[in-house]
Amino acid sequence: MWYFNSPLVVFGEDALNELVAIQGHRAFVVTDSTLLQLGHVDRVTARLKEAGLEVRVFAEVEPDPSLETVKRGAAQMADFGPDWIVGLGGGSCMDAAKAMWVLYEHPEMAPEEINPVVPLVLRQKARLITIPTTSGTGAEATWAIVLTDTAENRKLALGSRENMADIAIVDPVFVAALPPQVTADTGMDVLTHAVEGYTTSWHNDFCDGLCLKAIQLVMDYLPRAVLVGTDPEARERMHNAATIAGLGFGNALAAMAHAMGHSLGAVFHTPHGRAVGLVLPYTVEFTGLTAPDRYADIVRFLGLGGSAADAPRLLAERIRSLAREIRQPLSLQDAGITRAQFEAALPKLVENAENDATLVASARIPDSGELSRLYACVMEGRAVDF
Amino acid sequence: MFEFGSDEWVQAFMQAINSSPAYAEAAKTWEGDFYFIVEPGGPVARELVMYMDLWHGECREAQTYPDRSAKQPAFVISAPLPVWRKVIDKKLDPIQGMMTRQIKLQGDMVKIMKAVKAAKELVECTTRVPTQFPE
Repeated sequence: MWYFNSPLVVFGEDALNELVAIQGHRAFVVTDSTLLQLGHVDRVTARLKEAGLEVRVFAEVEPDPSLETVKRGAAQMADFGPDWIVGLGGGSCMDAAKAMWVLYEHPEMAPEEINPVVPLVLRQKARLITIPTTSGTGAEATWAIVLTDTAENRKLALGSRENMADIAIVDPVFVAALPPQVTADTGMDVLTHAVEGYTTSWHNDFCDGLCLKAIQLVMDYLPRAVLVGTDPEARERMHNAATIAGLGFGNALAAMAHAMGHSLGAVFHTPHGRAVGLVLPYTVEFTGLTAPDRYADIVRFLGLGGSAADAPRLLAERIRSLAREIRQPLSLQDAGITRAQFEAALPKLVENAENDATLVASARIPDSGELSRLYACVMEGRAVDF
Repeated sequence: MFEFGSDEWVQAFMQAINSSPAYAEAAKTWEGDFYFIVEPGGPVARELVMYMDLWHGECREAQTYPDRSAKQPAFVISAPLPVWRKVIDKKLDPIQGMMTRQIKLQGDMVKIMKAVKAAKELVECTTRVPTQFPE
């Protein structure tokens, strides 16, 4: 037994106009100061006001939102009393909105207590709309929440299925002018979600097609979106790919590339998409040595040829070729990490990855020694053969 | 063969845990004792209570009790017999079982989610115990 959770997904050009049809009284928008300056918040609030809603904006979400920010936002939410919450932004803003929503509905709870086992009982006070402004995290269509405990300098993977948004609005207007580096980083995040969603040990029939389609969209459209940022078709298809991959991996779980990538992010502050995309081919090679069949499906779907046993290597090569095309690092050395920095950080990198909840669903789970060797491969850009 | 839920089975499980280098490595920082409960139903007339004290990669104590009153463990994990059987046969991931509420957990879920590798190795250890299930 398992579940498939999804919001109502409104996508394509002018999808944002769906907000005009929202029924309610008060909307609380959770976002960041950059999106406020870019005018994206105004696009949203104008439509909510047109729908007759009173609107308050909380534009204080930082990258890797902290527990403190979530508590502060939830307090303002309680003061305002919204019946709609709107998470507008990248993963940080949408995750913060999900966590604030829980605290608004249950002021007695601490954010750290949000887990997938104990029922939360949400939607007594408000419902959630998510609006992504990057094509990456898929957080608009997942129930996961990643927050940062700044006191202990660690990321917390939280979430409950009830955290899934009611409506996800996937409008390419928000990504039309994304800088190339952000497009590349977030695009690699989409690819990692899709590959891991398809190959995790929790993969399932409902997610498989979504993941394969997302992989295909990334391979076809990410280079265009990065290299010709004004290509509207590439932007729209990548925006769709992010949500499709979100649905795919969100209902099947991510795996080892996320565990290792989260750790890189925590230690070296590498942007999330760049970190998981960087380690992805190495984890494909490692997992594929004992479980090549799912990778063979992907390789066949992409028309890359080769035998099943060869599939992990072929897929890893294809991922590295994409990374090269969009000027992403292929190793930690490429990413500017020195040997001394790496060696000093290795024990922490391994410890973090071992304790990451996403490791549970990997088709092959590495031990500490294997994780050390994997990170050494990532450092040097050396293919994994163990 | 040891009958699942019996004292002999629990002792064999303890032995399997303490001879597993993979579990010792994966659970080297784990501190917390458990009740594993088989809920009544079918061939199980009254609940079976198995206690295990897991500490830094080893099992320090394991035994069955007639009811839950003897100990106050940090974690209580309970499920009907068919669900335990699926876990031991590796047809159900225990974390997935908790998320679908087929397996009930009392205790700190956050701590469990951070020990996923140890949980996997623990299940692996059960596969080394020759097990028969109550009929």
